[in-house]
Amino acid sequence: MKADVTLDCVGLYCPMPIYNTANKLKELKPGQVLEILASDEGIKTDAPAWCKATGNELLGIEEREGEYKVYIKKSK
Amino acid sequence: MAEKVTLIMFSGDMDKALAAFNLAIGASSMGMEVSIFFTFWGLNLLKKNEGPIKSRGIMRKMLNYMNRGGSKRLPLSRFHMLGLGKWMMGKLMRELKSPSPQELLTLAHQSGVKFMACTTSMGIMGISKDALIPEVDSYAGVATYLAEAKEGRVNLFI
Repeated sequence: MKADVTLDCVGLYCPMPIYNTANKLKELKPGQVLEILASDEGIKTDAPAWCKATGNELLGIEEREGEYKVYIKKSK
Repeated sequence: MAEKVTLIMFSGDMDKALAAFNLAIGASSMGMEVSIFFTFWGLNLLKKNEGPIKSRGIMRKMLNYMNRGGSKRLPLSRFHMLGLGKWMMGKLMRELKSPSPQELLTLAHQSGVKFMACTTSMGIMGISKDALIPEVDSYAGVATYLAEAKEGRVNLFI
């Protein structure tokens, strides 16, 4: 999947991936896509929950060898 | 209007402080408005790490000597083992680049989490405003907390 900005959260634990995601997304324009790289499995459920609470669009989560790539589209 | 989260930080334990700050930072990252009401042992999280805690009367002096507090000095609620357990927990956390209670406190405050200190506990325990960190946003009592909690979607006692 194509992203405009990538955020590296590999090796970080709760609440840092979500905290960094929220801050990074502030820098993006509506419609732009943020890619988050993470290693904490919690991101699989945290990313959808965060998107639901903040009204941003979750485009997908890719999982490979214990690493996760999360794609979020900024909605507004 | 943003949804509100209120936490009561009653405990002065390091592990419980981690849980509270983690929740506060998570909630504020989700666009929620967060306040933490620090009372009783929880005031230890807000005490300055440096310098003596000045208080009047022998019993309050003793209390603040034995219960010095400060975000660097919080004990573990289990397996503290005179500081050995805490040291080991800190080492494990640093290995995983997990933020310390002090770092989480700063992050929480920077993300807009409001810190309220309980004036009644401060009075009883002989803790003056000078003994607390400047991040404290307000000094309040039970009515202030309840007025916030009434509007809160998530209210937790830690």
